Amino acid sequence: MTFADLDLTPVWLTLRLAATATLVLLVVGTPLAWWLARTTSWLKQPVAAVVALPLVLPPTVLGFYLLVMLGPHGPIGGLTQALGLGTLPFTFAGLVVASVLYSLPFVVQPLQNAFEAAGTRPLEVAATLRASAWDRFFTVAVPLARPGFLTATVLGFAHTVGEFGVVLMIGGNIPGKTQVLSVAIYDHVEALEYGQAHLYAAGMLAFSFLVLLVLYLTNKRIQERQR
Amino acid sequence: MRTKSAACFFVLSAALLLSMTGVASAGEASAAVASNFTKPMREIAAGFERKTGHKVVLSFGSTGKLYAQIHNGAPFDLFLAADNQAPARLESEGHGVAGSRFTYAIGRLVLWSARPGYVDQNGEVLQKGDFRHIAIANPKTAPYGAAARQVLEKMGLWAGIRPHIVQGENIAQTYQFIASGNAELGFIALSQIRDAGRAEGSRWDLPRELHDPIEQDVVLLQRGRDNPAARELLAYLQSDEARAIIASYGYDLK
Repeated sequence: MTFADLDLTPVWLTLRLAATATLVLLVVGTPLAWWLARTTSWLKQPVAAVVALPLVLPPTVLGFYLLVMLGPHGPIGGLTQALGLGTLPFTFAGLVVASVLYSLPFVVQPLQNAFEAAGTRPLEVAATLRASAWDRFFTVAVPLARPGFLTATVLGFAHTVGEFGVVLMIGGNIPGKTQVLSVAIYDHVEALEYGQAHLYAAGMLAFSFLVLLVLYLTNKRIQERQR
Repeated sequence: MRTKSAACFFVLSAALLLSMTGVASAGEASAAVASNFTKPMREIAAGFERKTGHKVVLSFGSTGKLYAQIHNGAPFDLFLAADNQAPARLESEGHGVAGSRFTYAIGRLVLWSARPGYVDQNGEVLQKGDFRHIAIANPKTAPYGAAARQVLEKMGLWAGIRPHIVQGENIAQTYQFIASGNAELGFIALSQIRDAGRAEGSRWDLPRELHDPIEQDVVLLQRGRDNPAARELLAYLQSDEARAIIASYGYDLK
């Protein structure tokens, strides 16, 4: 068993899922993190708690609720069916939805911290220079929060790659559609195909280590430059 | 004061020791059990505990996963598999006690839908194929999944239905996919819908000749070799009480 014989379908599928989910997470998570960093509303703590839920909930809880809610008898499943989209479990789109929910805190929290760390002062200065709100956000807040964006992107991506329980519960293990790397590894272990399992698992380990190493090295460099 | 507390300590530890030996004489057996046999095994274990005073600890999972765990030293006395291969393999590898294996149940496969009137008695619903998802257990790891694949192959439908197949990790998850309506229908064990409250929907009990018999074997593991409770439980599986329970869940008996 060498890398050449290895079926790469789950690898590409996993990368595609992680990339899609990260993109969605950045689009959804940035305004959410911005609001959380700036607001004084009483809703701040409840919303922050909801965002952090996937950190403490077992994936089985999320997977179970998603299976029921997105299913044909669930409220969201009813909605997607009415829109002619069918139901989401067992589809790639369903996995994207699940991954976005599951990885939400890994994107929102670093962004929120970065926005908070930058403080309000640079924005106020920009405002006195008559920069519009959009202008202030894109030319002041976002560049200042660059390390936060880097951390959020990398963690969101890596965490989606490492997702297992939720995908197992709503994926249906379909090769090329929902059989991601973590599920493929589990499958090989169960089938006693330890050769394939080892190759995938070793690749996953190396990938995760490299991603985190690059993240920490880059963040260190950014911090040193800012000092 | 000191003598009093010393006496107290003595009495307490004596009581503790006594209670411990009490537990030891009652004994405890741990069993790894294939998911499809969850309900009957709970019932059998309860009967066994009532009768013998022994305690039974049950762990459920797919046969493949339990095999891998036992192979890697999981602390079980008995293994009730969903096939006859995993116990045989454990025995030949020295993890099972030689000569302790036997078939405790023969599984029946059903095509089931949570919708009443959806599944007919000839499998025409399979020929029509107007469903989005059909759930089966993973044929590579779950014996009921392998049997489902055999049925579809024998009916000449495997290639056509394949794009609609979603796989449960084990037969319990496959049931969940169908029960939640996410898959319109699927292949599960008859035992899963035989118990009360789950009988709704529609089903087709597959003729036995459509797949190889799903012989479910049990094997005594090395850890249970000298455990009287484990040996008694093994024998109890062949008792009339246990066989009546097994048959009541729709299994065939040898």
